[in-house]
Amino acid sequence: MSILQTESLTLSYGKKPVIQDLDLSIPKGEITVLIGSNGCGKSTLLRSMARLMAPETGAILLNGKNIAKRSTKEVAKELAILPQGPVAPEGLTVLQLVKQGRYPYQSWLKQWSAKDEEAVTRALKATNMLEFAERNVDSLSGGQRQRAWIAMTLAQGTETILLDEPTTYLDMTHQIEILDLLFELNSREKRTIVMVLHDLNLACRYAHHLVAIQNHSVAAQGCPEDIMNEKLVSDVFHMPCKIIEDPLFGTPMCIPYGKGRIAKNGLPTAQYA
Amino acid sequence: MSKYITARSKRYSYLIEKKAMLTILILLLVTLAIMSVSIGIGELYITPLEVIQSLTGMGNGINDVVIQEFRLPRILIAVIAGASLSLAGAILQGVIRNPLASPDMLGITSGAGFAAVTFITVFSNQSNNLTVSIGYLPVAAVTGAFIMGTVVYLLAWKRGISPVRLILIGVGLMAAAQALTTLMIVLGPIYAAPQATIWLTGSVYATNWKDVYSLLPWFLVLAPLLFTLTRKLNVQELGDDVAASLGHSVNKNRFILLLISTALAGSAVAFTGAIGFVGLIGPHIARRLVGSSFGALLPVSGFLGAIIVLLADLAGRTLFSPLEVPAGVFTAAIGAPYFIYLLSKNHG
Repeated sequence: MSILQTESLTLSYGKKPVIQDLDLSIPKGEITVLIGSNGCGKSTLLRSMARLMAPETGAILLNGKNIAKRSTKEVAKELAILPQGPVAPEGLTVLQLVKQGRYPYQSWLKQWSAKDEEAVTRALKATNMLEFAERNVDSLSGGQRQRAWIAMTLAQGTETILLDEPTTYLDMTHQIEILDLLFELNSREKRTIVMVLHDLNLACRYAHHLVAIQNHSVAAQGCPEDIMNEKLVSDVFHMPCKIIEDPLFGTPMCIPYGKGRIAKNGLPTAQYA
Repeated sequence: MSKYITARSKRYSYLIEKKAMLTILILLLVTLAIMSVSIGIGELYITPLEVIQSLTGMGNGINDVVIQEFRLPRILIAVIAGASLSLAGAILQGVIRNPLASPDMLGITSGAGFAAVTFITVFSNQSNNLTVSIGYLPVAAVTGAFIMGTVVYLLAWKRGISPVRLILIGVGLMAAAQALTTLMIVLGPIYAAPQATIWLTGSVYATNWKDVYSLLPWFLVLAPLLFTLTRKLNVQELGDDVAASLGHSVNKNRFILLLISTALAGSAVAFTGAIGFVGLIGPHIARRLVGSSFGALLPVSGFLGAIIVLLADLAGRTLFSPLEVPAGVFTAAIGAPYFIYLLSKNHG
């Protein structure tokens, strides 16, 4: 079943089309990952699905209803997006940031209801940020900062969460930490998660549903094990590679060719492929 | 002990930070203290105690006249204008998401300045008297501020407003307005130049109750309105995308907030002249004191703005006595180095 759909969607910057006539369905309660080369329009597509960019033609349906025709505040109660590399104002504490996630539920007289408090506390706990609640966001490490922002999106209490490259600029430990957090949210609370990732191997490991964007449209979509192959990577990223099975998870793993040093038991053909 | 007080009933609910409440209370007391000291200082020295006696209707005749006819309106203008300018700056820094933004920077002050100088130049006669009532000068200045604000906004519009474009166009038009102002002074009659220059520096000299009654309504309407919008300022400051994602109508609210900011800054400089840098320093120190949540940031900015102009006026009246130096000289003397410090810190 699909929670978020695009209907013959065309997106463009000025006259340059980015996405053309796309029909895409995001499965409910699963993790969907968008992949594609730089500038292929995957971030643009994600932004448009969260009404941050208006379609040229076509529509976005959230739970079957056109997102553009609904009040933006009502949409904010069903769908949240964490844009790429958000910056918190100087001197803002984690608690103050996460509190803002309650914006769609508040009015100028009601800014801290019992429900707000409960949702904020739960979001802080889920992201392990409770102990940092009084710290300034700008004093945190990259991973903690990203967790604080994710806590804000969680406090919004939406069924669907979109994230644009949530692991960019993070070291490997923190990348796994963030992805594990999202995986847990999905498996525990059945929240639908849609995100853009650059790392193909992590994308294949965490995604139930993989969507490869290329040439203004979808090149392939489905379970990573079913669609990930050498031809797809070569088509989408213009890069020759070898796909093997991840020795730990059994998910597809992509080993790129190219130049490089060859160790004792490596294949001498690698660098010429 | 918790750092917060939760105020909650059926109709309202707020989370109040104790430290912020305390800061606001202290600044209120400091403002009142400086006001009563400043009212007492002048050719006739009146002790703070006598000032309070006079204000509560227990003073003597001479003190009452000096205080209530001459000094009180001047002090009140300093407080209201200072608070307005600082609030205007706090809004802009939030909306533009840049600590260097201020009403000066967006051309609002220079728009008012150009209008005021044009007014002074056009309506002065040979004996350096205005041919129309001085009461129209604030009207001209406010109009100038609004025209400038509108032009900056329209030029910055391109499928929505980007903060960067807003500030670049603001700075550009500010320079243009200042050049035109200088041209106006140079081309205009020589006798109008000193008055124009004093206006451009900014001073609360010779303000009267009529000025207070004209300026006060602006503040009494705009400041409470602004406090109902703190939530929107907070969310706006997270950036357009995050704000929109939270269901905030970015362009609509940014327009309203810029309008309030222009009205606050425009009305203030209409009565004091172009006192500079208050809208930059006030909110910046406020952020240092209470962080960046606007519920606390706005009142603290307001009080700090009032204190800065009060002190600048006090310094102007006392340091070079019997000569009176316009308050704007002192705000600029502190403000310009402060601006350079901020600039270097932001690029460091």
